[in-house]
Amino acid sequence: MAAPLLSVEDLRVEFGVDRNVFPAVDGVSFAVDRGATLGIVGESGCGKSVTSLAIMRLVSVPPGRYAGGAIRFDGQDLLRLPESRMRALRGGRMGMIFQEPMTSLNPVYTCGDQIVESLKVHSDLSARAARDRAIELLDLVRLPSPAKRVDDYPHQLSGGQRQRVMIALALANDPDLLIADEPTTALDVTIQAQILELMKDLQDRTGTAILLITHDLGVVAETCDEVVVMYAGTVVEQAPTAALFGDPQHPYTVGLMAAVPRIDVAADRLATIEGSVPPPWQVLAGCRFASRCPLADDRCRNEPPPLRAIAPAHRVACWHAPIDGAAA
Amino acid sequence: MSALLQVEGLTKHFPVRRGILRRIVGHVQAVTDVSFAVAAGETLAIVGESGCGKSTTGRALLRLIEPSAGSIRMEGTELTTLSPARMRQMRRQMQIIFQDPYGSLNPRMTVREVLSEPLLLHGVATPATLQAKVAEVLGLCGLSSFHAERYPHEFSGGQRQRVGIARALATRPKLIVCDEPVSALDVSVQAQIVNLLQDLQRQLGVAYVFISHDLAVVRHIATRVAVMYLGRIVEEAPAAELFAAPLHPYTRSLIAAAPRPDPAAGRAKASVEGDAPSALAPPPGCAFHPRCPVAVERCRSERPELRGIGPTRVACHLAEPATDRALPRPLDADTPLARRLAVLAAARARKQEGTAA
Ligand SMILES: Nc1ncnc2c1ncn2[C@@H]1O[C@H](COP(=O)(O)OP(=O)(O)O)[C@@H](O)[C@H]1O
Ligand SMILES: Nc1ncnc2c1ncn2[C@@H]1O[C@H](COP(=O)(O)OP(=O)(O)O)[C@@H](O)[C@H]1O
Ligand code: SF4
Ligand SMILES: [Mg+2]
Ligand SMILES: [Mg+2]
Repeated sequence: MAAPLLSVEDLRVEFGVDRNVFPAVDGVSFAVDRGATLGIVGESGCGKSVTSLAIMRLVSVPPGRYAGGAIRFDGQDLLRLPESRMRALRGGRMGMIFQEPMTSLNPVYTCGDQIVESLKVHSDLSARAARDRAIELLDLVRLPSPAKRVDDYPHQLSGGQRQRVMIALALANDPDLLIADEPTTALDVTIQAQILELMKDLQDRTGTAILLITHDLGVVAETCDEVVVMYAGTVVEQAPTAALFGDPQHPYTVGLMAAVPRIDVAADRLATIEGSVPPPWQVLAGCRFASRCPLADDRCRNEPPPLRAIAPAHRVACWHAPIDGAAA
Repeated sequence: MSALLQVEGLTKHFPVRRGILRRIVGHVQAVTDVSFAVAAGETLAIVGESGCGKSTTGRALLRLIEPSAGSIRMEGTELTTLSPARMRQMRRQMQIIFQDPYGSLNPRMTVREVLSEPLLLHGVATPATLQAKVAEVLGLCGLSSFHAERYPHEFSGGQRQRVGIARALATRPKLIVCDEPVSALDVSVQAQIVNLLQDLQRQLGVAYVFISHDLAVVRHIATRVAVMYLGRIVEEAPAAELFAAPLHPYTRSLIAAAPRPDPAAGRAKASVEGDAPSALAPPPGCAFHPRCPVAVERCRSERPELRGIGPTRVACHLAEPATDRALPRPLDADTPLARRLAVLAAARARKQEGTAA
């Protein structure tokens, strides 16, 4: 079996100083295969963004600290790579898209200049060829009249158009891995559908692997091959998409799925999960979900449940899994 | 039926000024000729993409923004011509909650102070009954008396929204405008707040104008739905009807684009191209025609008026009575998800019995 493109192994990222150090990401492991789409889903504060920043080694240190584990990209451990090699990877073999392109696009340069700059850093294209390639990329992401728009500044574009430019920039150097952190969260559903379709089309053409981070189970269901569910800095469940939705096991996953109102299913009342996510500095001996979990018992409150396989490729971190013994 | 709230021809155009002389160079046509009615105890949802005029409409109802034209009648009283003093009195009946209650809660006031203000101002409580009234409204919103001494920053997002709802509810209004009240919340907390709003409606008979861009939430909570596009209502119908048989191409695109948390449902097709045009210069004819998948020549020049088709009002030249209806699937009790929820619910019930005993 081929080695995965990216493998995150027992990653731990801490924040804070002295006695106030807390883990924002605590023992997270997963792998992304070449050409595949892996989703990370969970509510806010669960450590999704810190995980994605860590993979690009963009966690600011201090206040952050890489406190353990490894991030292997094509075999090499990114946590041990010199910064110069990391810089070559970012925007090169690793592209990235964030929720708010306005903060990641530079407002004082035109969209074209930013793509040209990235092309020149990572290849030996001439200025002329780089500009042509920039227009080609803007056309690829279906920005209307790319030859004109190439000279626009980010603020002259709509939110959806800026996200297209961001994708063009991320794809400029044919990355092997695209990391997208809530790429459509700030957009209207109509524009979201356009952007997700675009990402999928581009993936079919280029074979880029995608790590898609989102709080939206609907987006996961429609785009991912495999899903990691995060809760309070840890992975609580991981499975191929069909298995996760067809056979959800962790009480948090079940609660999350039932809490989402459905446009195609009638329900009198939404199911809720009581309480809210504990802050990462709250020290908890056992399962971090115990305070909200109807199944919690003494063992749950005292011993952290390990992530165990209940079926091939389906892992759950719950002492009570499989919940009803009827793993479908 | 006489409506609780009757809105006719509501219009708000913001002047755009340029240059040192601040000359008016154009108007943002935020809301144009919007009419609807809200009955006591029901929920009218207003949906549409960002910038289509939802918040402007909501704020204009309470005259937090002065309408440019139109009529707003609350229980028969015309609001647009009320004196500021009378309008303030009227706000006992009409309240509003926002997406981020933090922005509208004074950070230096405890929850008790936040709630006391409207209670005393509108004479709902006297100094003697204040304590009890505060406790009562906190209880209605799922908060405890000890929350009264806390400051807004001490609350989580969901609890803060409960405080926002408690403040709106304090004077027992007949209508609350809810402007994206759950959009900033995580789904598990969103579900708690949606349930709370529904419980309060059943208990107190309060009506909502529920503004949202999330069609799934709207399907769940609304009695009727108005879809806005570039400042105008393009379709309005009872909720069940709108989702079963959407007649406007824009409504159909919105419904199609909503992601479904079900891998078997397949990926949503982007059925609408491009972005919504600017409200500074809405396209002629039907404002939706540049993005409409079925537009014909007439759509480019002639603006479609709202017309009735069955229980639906729709503004589209091509709209016809629906031939097929997409009925919602009932919640299937035999899926693994449903079975597991039942296991969790049973465990929760056992725990509650345990603590009660
Ligand atoms: N720079 C930082 N300093 C301190 N704490 C941080 C920092 N960045 C993130 N955190 C904390 O780490 C936790 C995880 O955050 P994040 O990864 O952004 O969550 P998510 O993306 O899942 O919403 C949060 O509790 C957050 O407060
Ligand atoms: N105070 C204002 N001055 C000028 N334009 C405004 C103002 N408030 C809103 N707008 C414009 O009016 C339109 C409708 O805005 P809004 O009602 O906030 O939409 P929504 O709530 O549906 O996102 C938008 O084009 C917006 O930019
Ligand atoms: S009137 Fe024409 S352009 Fe407008 S929605 Fe109907 S078909 Fe489309
Ligand atoms: Mg995040
Ligand atoms: Mg708004």
